Amino acid sequence: MIPYGVYIDQDIFDLEMERIFRGPTWNYLGHESEVPEPGDFVTTTVGTTPVVLNRGRDGTIHAFVNRCAHRGAMVVRESHGNTKVHTCIYHQWSYDHAGGLVGVPYRKGVHGNGGFPEDFEPKEHCLETLRLEVFNGIVFGTFSDSTPPLLDYMGTPLRERIDMLCSRPIKVTGYQRQEIRGNWKLYVENVKDCYHGSLLHSFNSCFGMFRSTQRGSAVMGEHAYHSVLTTYGVADSENVGENLGAVATHKPKFELEDSSVVDVFREHADGMVTTILTMFPGFVLAQIANHLGFRLIRPLGPDTFELVWINFEYLDDEPWQSEARRKQGNLLGPAGYLSMEDAEALELAQQAFHGEQGSGHAFIELGGREFEDQDHLVTEVPIRGFWKGYCEIMGFAAGDSGATST
Amino acid sequence: MTLTESAGGRVTAEIAEQIAALNYRYAQALDDRRLDDWPEFFLDDGRYIIHPRENRDRGLEGYWIYCDSKRMMLDRVLSIKEVNLYNIHYNRRAISNILVTDAGDGVYIARSNYSIVQTNSGGRSAIFSVGAYVDQVVFIDEEPKFQEKIVIPDTFTVSPLVAIPL
Repeated sequence: MIPYGVYIDQDIFDLEMERIFRGPTWNYLGHESEVPEPGDFVTTTVGTTPVVLNRGRDGTIHAFVNRCAHRGAMVVRESHGNTKVHTCIYHQWSYDHAGGLVGVPYRKGVHGNGGFPEDFEPKEHCLETLRLEVFNGIVFGTFSDSTPPLLDYMGTPLRERIDMLCSRPIKVTGYQRQEIRGNWKLYVENVKDCYHGSLLHSFNSCFGMFRSTQRGSAVMGEHAYHSVLTTYGVADSENVGENLGAVATHKPKFELEDSSVVDVFREHADGMVTTILTMFPGFVLAQIANHLGFRLIRPLGPDTFELVWINFEYLDDEPWQSEARRKQGNLLGPAGYLSMEDAEALELAQQAFHGEQGSGHAFIELGGREFEDQDHLVTEVPIRGFWKGYCEIMGFAAGDSGATST
Repeated sequence: MTLTESAGGRVTAEIAEQIAALNYRYAQALDDRRLDDWPEFFLDDGRYIIHPRENRDRGLEGYWIYCDSKRMMLDRVLSIKEVNLYNIHYNRRAISNILVTDAGDGVYIARSNYSIVQTNSGGRSAIFSVGAYVDQVVFIDEEPKFQEKIVIPDTFTVSPLVAIPL
């Protein structure tokens, strides 16, 4: 039972930022290909903390908090770019690619007047850095010294699937952003929720695509708070993966006038057509037919989060493969045939939580009350796994009401 | 490509007026929720693309909608009328600063600004999307049609979703 208070309470949100996003977790910062040249940077956030991902002169990638060590102003204002040095506009303190302080105006004063004290030590005024690990080009960062090594943190199912989807060189093809008036955890639950796929997203059933009866699995492996959801086409058919229409298990209600949106080419020998991989707390890797993307869940407050879709293709894609991914892009994102409902469902949930002043609770027992891997998709067990990990890291005992345990 | 494409040849007031009227009729059809009329503003092989400004400025794709045939637009209409679920809302468009240039070979380029105010089920209104239209217009039997309409939202973080075409 999940008390609704955890979705609306500001104190719980603040604690999440501290214990989860600044705690022993790995957070998606970007992909190496987004900062290919020395000096290239992109800005992002970890929880609500603004962060810069920057490639240094020697090619090393660094990440630091985007908050001036002097008076706290945001140093880097652009979303991306290339620079030799980052200079805060307020008093022009400047920092290198690793967040090290390299310039302080009037440090020694002017004509003997002012200046910082003799014992001013620039090394003590650098920007806070994150510890980084890179896996298949994906850069993850953590604020905590106690976070286990990335591969241990991921566990086997995530490591294998990321290997499968990201070991070829990739190219980011674009960003899509939605601000959704819901708590960030609602989206985490949504991408672990095998129950809603064929029910909320009617495009699937009306046009004869996915159903819960399709072969699939929901695997968490060693760490229940991550998950990999997979669906397969019809394994023995020669048509597997040629076209999502061919994996329809029932007669569709409608037919598309132009089926290029669902012209799917086979990419995986085992007929895998969908992967939705979720790494605690806010990283998603999704392959829906041939559409590939990372998703980043950025909490903005108890009632709002930003969902960033980072779409990619493989560098060695043929033009027809790029075109197929481009067309299938209509399925996902803010206007996606398979995704637009999520924003509405989550906003409806958030509104209703407030209506109840956070009293009441969610009921999540489809597929049972435990946390075992599932060889089917008629299950909510991955959501239970998320909450198990959440309670552990937040220091809530299972059964706590949450809102009162802080 | 940025929003400062160079101007082409001048057009007559009559052409400019017809192309402006095309945009106004387009806006009214969508505001009135006459979705079946929407594909009819386009050629059979017309293109309708929503290209958020963030991506356009960076030379990336990241389209929200990418239709390269009228049939894809008909599918979009069917899906949002019969299949997809989304927030209950009304949109109201204002299109302004329409400037038309002659690109040659019977193709006119029309650039304009749009803003869409969205009103929710509780009757509260807010700016939903602001941006530019870059259109390629041709005349078929003296009727202007979109050969291509690229919508470039400045509002590249959309709240919460896009159902009805912009």
